[in-house]
Amino acid sequence: MTVTVLLFASYADIVGRSEIELDVGTGATVKDVIARVRALGDAHRLPPAPMVAVNEQYASHDRELEAGDEVAFIPPVAGG
Amino acid sequence: MYSAIVEGPIDIARMVERVSKSANGATVLFLGTVREVNDGRGVTGIEYTAYRSMAERELAAIVEEAAVLADSNDVAVEHRLGELAVGDCSVAVAVAHPHRARAFEGARYVIEELKERVPIWKREQYVDGTREWVRATSTHTELVDAGEDR
Repeated sequence: MTVTVLLFASYADIVGRSEIELDVGTGATVKDVIARVRALGDAHRLPPAPMVAVNEQYASHDRELEAGDEVAFIPPVAGG
Repeated sequence: MYSAIVEGPIDIARMVERVSKSANGATVLFLGTVREVNDGRGVTGIEYTAYRSMAERELAAIVEEAAVLADSNDVAVEHRLGELAVGDCSVAVAVAHPHRARAFEGARYVIEELKERVPIWKREQYVDGTREWVRATSTHTELVDAGEDR
């Protein structure tokens, strides 16, 4: 199944992309997606346990994903 | 209740109007503005970006929570994205209530939660021409920095 990974701000700079379509196995978790993304090029410079949102809501790393989920890596926020 | 992410200048008078009604005796308006120095470095501007759809969702949730806390539906927040110059307003919070205590409480809640939860990032542009993503500072850190930790 495919999930969409979104990268923002400093994370997008590190990876050099802001969106990645990733093919993952059924039952894959957020943790699996983090490992897959960190294996890409310079992405090992991403923190090992970044904040993640699934479908626009903060999610735990144990969260099981479904096809079509949007998995966003959220750098430390700095609004205001 | 009102929350929005905008790309143009924030209309401050309009923000006050959004929470204004005759039953309210107290209105608190908080403005965040781009300052000229951060961590001792001269700043010429800040670029704000967001995970916009999620930021809108989180802002709306925060406003609803603040309305419960402040016991008032007169809660409004607007955050600006894009390139801002020193002195520009990046965020405005307005909360009104018949009495001041709840208005202050609600406004404080909105800005503190915004800084904790809303996926917005800023990249500072310095006088030497370099740019850097800013790491968030918690209120606690700011108080410690200022020697006012309690």
